[in-house]
Amino acid sequence: MDTFTPSIERSTRASQIGLVLAVLLLLAAVSAPWWAERSSQRLLTEFLYTVALAQMWNLMCGYGGLLSVGQQGFVGLGGYCLVVLGLQWGIHPFLIVPLAGVLGALVAVPTAALLFRLRGAYFAVGTWVVAEVFRLLVANTASVGGGSGTSITRTVSGIPAWWRESSTLWLALALGAGATFAVYALLRSRHGLALTAVRDSEPAAQSLGVSVTRMKWLVYIASAAGCSMVGALIFITKLRISPEAAFSMDWSAAMFFVVIIGGIGTIEGPLVGTVIFFVLREFLSDYGSWYLIVLGCVAVGFMLWIPRGVWGLMSSRFDLRFFPVQRRVRLAPAPTRGVTAAPVVAAATGDAA
Amino acid sequence: MSEWINTLLQGLLMGGLYALFATGLALSFGVMRMINIAHGDFAILAAYAAIAIVEPLGWNPFLVLFLVVPLMAGFGYVLQRVILNRTLGQDILPPLLVTFGLSIVIQNLLLVQFSADTRSLPAGLLGTASLSLGGDVAVGVLPLITMLVALAVLGGLQWLFSATALGRAFRAASDDSETARLMGINNRHIYGVAMALAMGIVALAGIFLALRANISPADGPLRLLYAFEAVIIGGLGSLWGTLAGGMILGVAQAIGLKADPGWGILAGHLAFLAVLVVRPNGLFPRTRDR
Repeated sequence: MDTFTPSIERSTRASQIGLVLAVLLLLAAVSAPWWAERSSQRLLTEFLYTVALAQMWNLMCGYGGLLSVGQQGFVGLGGYCLVVLGLQWGIHPFLIVPLAGVLGALVAVPTAALLFRLRGAYFAVGTWVVAEVFRLLVANTASVGGGSGTSITRTVSGIPAWWRESSTLWLALALGAGATFAVYALLRSRHGLALTAVRDSEPAAQSLGVSVTRMKWLVYIASAAGCSMVGALIFITKLRISPEAAFSMDWSAAMFFVVIIGGIGTIEGPLVGTVIFFVLREFLSDYGSWYLIVLGCVAVGFMLWIPRGVWGLMSSRFDLRFFPVQRRVRLAPAPTRGVTAAPVVAAATGDAA
Repeated sequence: MSEWINTLLQGLLMGGLYALFATGLALSFGVMRMINIAHGDFAILAAYAAIAIVEPLGWNPFLVLFLVVPLMAGFGYVLQRVILNRTLGQDILPPLLVTFGLSIVIQNLLLVQFSADTRSLPAGLLGTASLSLGGDVAVGVLPLITMLVALAVLGGLQWLFSATALGRAFRAASDDSETARLMGINNRHIYGVAMALAMGIVALAGIFLALRANISPADGPLRLLYAFEAVIIGGLGSLWGTLAGGMILGVAQAIGLKADPGWGILAGHLAFLAVLVVRPNGLFPRTRDR
């Protein structure tokens, strides 16, 4: 008889390579202000905040099972923090980004209390109504510019151009990479186990002692905070804000598109999806309405035929996991026998649903 | 005083139009357990289809109803059988996101074809005619006709659901689709018929909307929200509740609009949120959301 010593594997070869790659990419992004052109820095900034938004939506929908079509409400809220805290109170714009996160979370508490009365698809449309209420309230408030919006150039005009561009990029990096690693860390924690259990089966999770409502509440608040921070950052780069642009459905549409194409319920999915989204935009955005028609059709096609997204396909075919969140039991034979095979016995949790 | 009575009457009659929008949404949720995000966009699509026929041919808008409504119903059946049936299941995400994608596609196709300019259907004399109810109080004839159509549609659906084999099949497929299949009901076909009905009714709503107001390709989502609010205010599963919900929404908007032009839509949303606080299940709930 072989004697097997079970060990719990929490990293993969891909994740170790991935870690090295991630560090290299992070270093490249941090140093971008010294070597990249301004236009590519802007593109990188946009890429990073899109990743952050997608991770936030994926956390809510892919893991928390809470379908929202109203995250643009928090994006807009964050954007308008620049107007109130920056233009009117004179707070430094880069300080406003974390403040927007706090405010977003605070506002999310009462909206959660309201919206959690609705379930499933009704919750989703309810979030949209709340986002519309935010938009109309802002549009009816003359002191923040009303329906036509306002310029926020004055909040950043004191900062030298190089510093402004570079700090914006670093903030975007902090949000994009931060959101990715925050979701990763959350999923590897005890709460992550509870969350994936909720995703896979609510009644089963409940019966094992997971407080489903509490998990969903936490995820909703976290996502609201994240989207608000990204919203503040987005409008630092745009310098002009209006209710139409800030609370636009396009933010949510971009989140769905990225997450669905990339692979819902995976951490890699939003990253892959953002790359595809930007490539498509590069080639098609000149076509205006037709570009959006193509995006809509692609999203519908994915939902119907490839619901697990590009990453879902790749990870199951090649057994790739850059961000392993599951616990796998490996039964390694006792070292004396000199056998090298280490069969994977069970993948516990964390595979894409 | 009569000014306020007029506002109230306008709001109440507006409820008829909102009920037409809401019924289709309630029907597809009731039978298929899915929310069609493109619901409002289909109404706008139908309205543009009517405009595309009326403008060059000079037909009477009411005559176009008899062409566009069946066309949209047929389209709804095919859409359900070919695309939407594939998305139904335990997970609520696929139907919601597929219809969201359709919503974007429809809006942009309309934009390509008809530009972003607002359009409307020529209602002729009917658009301005009103009935005096004594004093300064009067109601528009067109809103009154809309309300009567809404009452007829709701009455018809009530009869369909309670007294026909098709209605029984709808209820069976809604309550327990597996058992309904065992009893020989072809769920896929039943879902197709329900979507055809929903689409026909929402086409009617879209045409009545374009008779009284200007529409533009991006108007669909707002219509969806009104429909949704009317359904929730009225209470899930209640047909006549959607009419009550539509009326409450209409009155709230009319009063808001009278207070300040920017507050009309907002007042409607706030009324919806207020109902959600006070009666989360709506005013006249018939079923529990599962």
